[in-house]
Amino acid sequence: MEARELICIGCPLGCQLKVGLEDGQVASVSGNTCKRGDAYARKEVTNPTRIVTSSVIVEGGSLAAVSVKTREDIPKGKIFEIMKALKGVKVQAPVHIGDVILGDAAGTGVDIVATKNVEAMP
Amino acid sequence: MLNYDIVVIGGGPAGLAAAVSAKRNGAESILVLERDKELGGILNQCIHNGFGLHTFQEELTGPEYAGRFIGQLQEEQIAYKLNTMVMDIGANKVVTAMNREEGMFEIQAKAIILAMGCRERSRGALNIPGYRPAGIYSAGTAQRLVNMEGYMPGREVVILGSGDIGLIMARRMTLEGAKVKVVAELLPYSGGLKRNIVQCLDDFGIPLKLSHTVVDIDGKERVEGITIAQVGPDRRPIPGTEEHYACDTLLLSCGLIPENELSRSLGVEMSPVTSGPLVNECLETNVEGVFACGNVLHVHDLVDFVSEEAASAGRHAAEYILNGARHLASGGRDIPIQAVEGARYTVPRTINPERMDEKHTVRFRVGDVYKNCYVSVYLNNERIIHRKRPVVAPGEMEEVVLKKEQLAGFPDLSQITVKIEEA
Repeated sequence: MEARELICIGCPLGCQLKVGLEDGQVASVSGNTCKRGDAYARKEVTNPTRIVTSSVIVEGGSLAAVSVKTREDIPKGKIFEIMKALKGVKVQAPVHIGDVILGDAAGTGVDIVATKNVEAMP
Repeated sequence: MLNYDIVVIGGGPAGLAAAVSAKRNGAESILVLERDKELGGILNQCIHNGFGLHTFQEELTGPEYAGRFIGQLQEEQIAYKLNTMVMDIGANKVVTAMNREEGMFEIQAKAIILAMGCRERSRGALNIPGYRPAGIYSAGTAQRLVNMEGYMPGREVVILGSGDIGLIMARRMTLEGAKVKVVAELLPYSGGLKRNIVQCLDDFGIPLKLSHTVVDIDGKERVEGITIAQVGPDRRPIPGTEEHYACDTLLLSCGLIPENELSRSLGVEMSPVTSGPLVNECLETNVEGVFACGNVLHVHDLVDFVSEEAASAGRHAAEYILNGARHLASGGRDIPIQAVEGARYTVPRTINPERMDEKHTVRFRVGDVYKNCYVSVYLNNERIIHRKRPVVAPGEMEEVVLKKEQLAGFPDLSQITVKIEEA
């Protein structure tokens, strides 16, 4: 059996995980303190994913930029394609938390949404 | 002169949670003073995710986490002033503040909550030799420029210090197209969270060089290169280990310092370890009716713990307003908590077994990395907590929970001791 050691990124605790692999299949997970750790370990050795966060320029708003994120996690290999898709994106104020900034980013099927409220300049 | 029962200094995560909690615990007249143009403090520039798992059971970005608390503040109809700088707090609890609309003005408070947060250790404080060209930023300044103002500080980057902001910025600059060449850390371990090493450095193949520091900065107008060298156990550079990196930017992530100028001039007693006020279990300082919470009290690793601590400060401030000095009337004695052998400090510094809640969480940090150790608590000479920990590190806050009934079992309690014991 192959064993892989990981550090969980599910929360700042950073649990040290041990994943047992048999024929590329996850046979066991240990070291986690919660269910998230188990799920993270299984995903990380088969299909690692990340939430991507960034910011884009706002026009006509009370602030220069609005922070954004992928609504869900996306495959780790797609991080830079997402960043490329966000290059040059500009939005008009007002923007509110949860507003879709870019739909189906880089063909991942995941939307980029705003994570901050930026009101229009009065 | 304006009059408020509670004035909260600072509208970041600590100030917001303290104000909301004070209101929900019965205080009516509360004012929050914030020097930036919006509420939320440092969370506004922390656009990465990972906040709120404890508080909201979901993973939020910094602005979303701040947004929840700003929403609560508005629901509770708590007054606040933006772009307002507090200049002084008098011993009679008169707060002197200023802003562009009202000029200089005074507020008479009955209770004050200190929630001013912290600031980054600067190049000057680090004594790095070399020229003083453009291109040297604290990691937090770079974070604000990239995330909020839409500027890139540089293209080729060296980072000194592996605190969380430095790690987060290594990833952020990389995502924005910069090349982060190396993160150098003076200590033999990282000061940041493990998860940030994984997802900010390892994910992008950025090398972390432990026991290394910057020994020279080249470039007269703009940074042109950085020389780093390995350090020995005495943390002094080892001659012959120098490596040169061509780069245009140096980011510094070398620790945070609580911002306590106002506290000091008010006569608040300070801890030389945390650079924050010494507080009892109500989070009250030695100045009656003056409370402290968040990073101004001690630098936290998680905002969730800031919110929790601030809510406690807010509740106690409300009780102080409603019941007068309950603490003075309640009897009992303040028992000192001593942090020794690996434990650097505790918050609170004292606990009153009569006055305390049923359970009280004592937070502390350790001075070194310890593996397979025990976190132990002694009441006088009797050990009451002996909890095994696979690893503890200075970058992560530790906690122990003290129970009122346990303390009540020691009528002649004179000292509580928190320490790390090796197996």
